[in-house]
Amino acid sequence: MTICRVVGTVVASERADEIDGATFFLVRETDTTGTADGSAAGATLIALDAVQAGEGDLVLVAQGSSCRQIMDTRDKAVDALIVGIIDLVDEGGTLRYRSAS
Amino acid sequence: MVLGRVTGSVVSSHKEKLLEGSTFLIVEKLDPMTMTGSGDYVIAIDGVGAGVGEVVLYVSGSSARMTAVTQGRPADATITGIVDLVSVSGNEVYRKDKA
Repeated sequence: MTICRVVGTVVASERADEIDGATFFLVRETDTTGTADGSAAGATLIALDAVQAGEGDLVLVAQGSSCRQIMDTRDKAVDALIVGIIDLVDEGGTLRYRSAS
Repeated sequence: MVLGRVTGSVVSSHKEKLLEGSTFLIVEKLDPMTMTGSGDYVIAIDGVGAGVGEVVLYVSGSSARMTAVTQGRPADATITGIVDLVSVSGNEVYRKDKA
């Protein structure tokens, strides 16, 4: 999994994945402090939301075939899935990130 | 999934039997922040009837085999959606009917 920031939304009505009520978010890989800007900025992906995340949230994103392990995505064409909303990140005893809420 | 723009197609008449009937499209990856091409491309099998110029999303890896047109076939990138709208931080950066 990677740590990503939800930065936007993508709407596509004509689809082949056969997932009802799908929400797709634009997510950008961040460093462990949740910073998505600057030279450390990672890739931007489109991820299916499994946890009712919102724009601005720091989230955990699973990629690859592992995304098809939950009920809603079993045998579906999905390769990036938001599987958690991050509350805090601790690295070596140092608090890197804490959610505002 | 990755955002891309269909820039063309590839025709191959001599191909693996399981790929017969597949439409191969050239998809240039897009930076969703600016909606500009990254210069990187992939050849994806079309799962939705996409056309040249359209912004699409495609699925990679084993998940690319999970559509009606790619099930059990040697596909590693499949177009699974035609994008209507992209918004970043609440601002519309792309809308299909305005493109």
